Amino acid sequence: MHKILILLAASATLFGANAYAVDRGELLASTCMSCHGAGGKSKGAIPTIAGLDKAYIVKSLQDFKSGARSASVMQRHSKGYTDEEFALMADYLSKLK
Amino acid sequence: MSINRRDFLKVSGAGAAAALLAGCATTASGGKPRVVVVGAGYGGATCAKYLRKWGPNIDVTLIEPNDKFVSCPRSNLVIGGLRNMDYLTHGYDNLPRHGIKMVKDMVVAIDPAKRTVTTKGGHTFGYDRLVLAPGIDVRTDTIKGYREAEAASKVVHAWKAGPQTALLRKQIESMPDGGVFVMGIPGTPYRCPPGPYERISLVANYLKKHKPKSKIIVLDSNPDIVSKKPLFTWAWNSFYAGIVEYRGANAVTGVDGNRMVASTEFDDIKADVMNVVPRQRAGELCALAGVRNDAGGNWCAVNFTTFESTAVPNVHIIGDSVSASLPKSGHMATNHAKICAAAIVELLAGRQPEAAPVIANTCYSDTSDTTGGHVANVYRYNAEKKAYIDAGGGGATPKGDELNHAYAESWAQNIWSEVLS
Repeated sequence: MHKILILLAASATLFGANAYAVDRGELLASTCMSCHGAGGKSKGAIPTIAGLDKAYIVKSLQDFKSGARSASVMQRHSKGYTDEEFALMADYLSKLK
Repeated sequence: MSINRRDFLKVSGAGAAAALLAGCATTASGGKPRVVVVGAGYGGATCAKYLRKWGPNIDVTLIEPNDKFVSCPRSNLVIGGLRNMDYLTHGYDNLPRHGIKMVKDMVVAIDPAKRTVTTKGGHTFGYDRLVLAPGIDVRTDTIKGYREAEAASKVVHAWKAGPQTALLRKQIESMPDGGVFVMGIPGTPYRCPPGPYERISLVANYLKKHKPKSKIIVLDSNPDIVSKKPLFTWAWNSFYAGIVEYRGANAVTGVDGNRMVASTEFDDIKADVMNVVPRQRAGELCALAGVRNDAGGNWCAVNFTTFESTAVPNVHIIGDSVSASLPKSGHMATNHAKICAAAIVELLAGRQPEAAPVIANTCYSDTSDTTGGHVANVYRYNAEKKAYIDAGGGGATPKGDELNHAYAESWAQNIWSEVLS
């Protein structure tokens, strides 16, 4: 029990008051899966997004937002998020296998 | 890579003890925190799955009376003769693999003071947090003659996918060429805003090919088409001119199953098939829990960072039953579910939930057997307004095309895997 208390104290110091059990990038990206499939792996015409390169995801989202790259639904969704959120989501999605 | 709390719990090898220490203020049971989810539709099944994913120390029980998941989204394809019931019907077999305890039973009582739910089968389950995802209660009592006509299979709403979906399809197949299909649409808010207009399009798609002298009379309680108006107007003008007759501000006030007549304030309309959708409210379970507490007593007011009821502590409501200026869709229900699951995991660990959640809605509608369109929006939580506010940049396709038709099918396969796999 003593060991657990030390670990808990350490965790409080490490994560501070704003630490969450669920990573913000993962929580933000969880909405993607309703179209792109469980774990970001798609069946059919919608592309798979699991494990794509982080920089490629960020660039794609920025280009959808600016209109530099044409898209259907993603042109609309990308406008609702910030660059910081793109990076958080891309980081999470790039790590999916 | 930073260590998050979940990794820490795994490393410590004392998940349950740590959760107990961190969350003793909110864990009534004194052991593993217990969450009971009632209803295994889009919202409930997703919530149970993500509770286990993000809170592996949580004991999650999912109570659902039906054997199978039958999808309401895409059920218009069955009604239009483009798919069969098997396409909509999926098993719950994969959910126990996530450590979810599935219980096939119906909840008949909820005691928020004792934090228990009791089922028709006589079992009582205690909870630290309760998630209600019952979907809608269809107010067949608000249209004169409806219940009698429905009991005689002379009118259906088919607004919950299941036997009525199959029955409506059969009625359309039996309708003579030159027959009249009456579609009654309730005033907002109702489940799936574009749903009635998609249904009209796909029934028209069938009639045009097989019974071209037939007609669809649309009796809409709303003054005008409430969702994807340019898309559906384009489809009706392009493909179904002479078949679809739209009448706005024409609420159905009564149905007569013997004479096969749907009545509005203005007319009596003779029908061969009557598909009248009454207005709706949050499922009865919400009334049992005392959480159907908005101004009209129809929907459930929640705190939008946790989806916890504003009326009853430790009871969360997700999906169509929530009172919000957001579309009532299966897609939205999955997003409510994820925000709610994450918040419950934080609350049970004695933490604050995410303060600024962002969610998105994507909704496809088919307009024929080869074309479809979409509406997509992002909503950001605004702490000042205590509501989700449209982030801007969203909207709907003005015309249908083959690409969106293909995406719609892919969307269905993917959301079913997200909810049930």
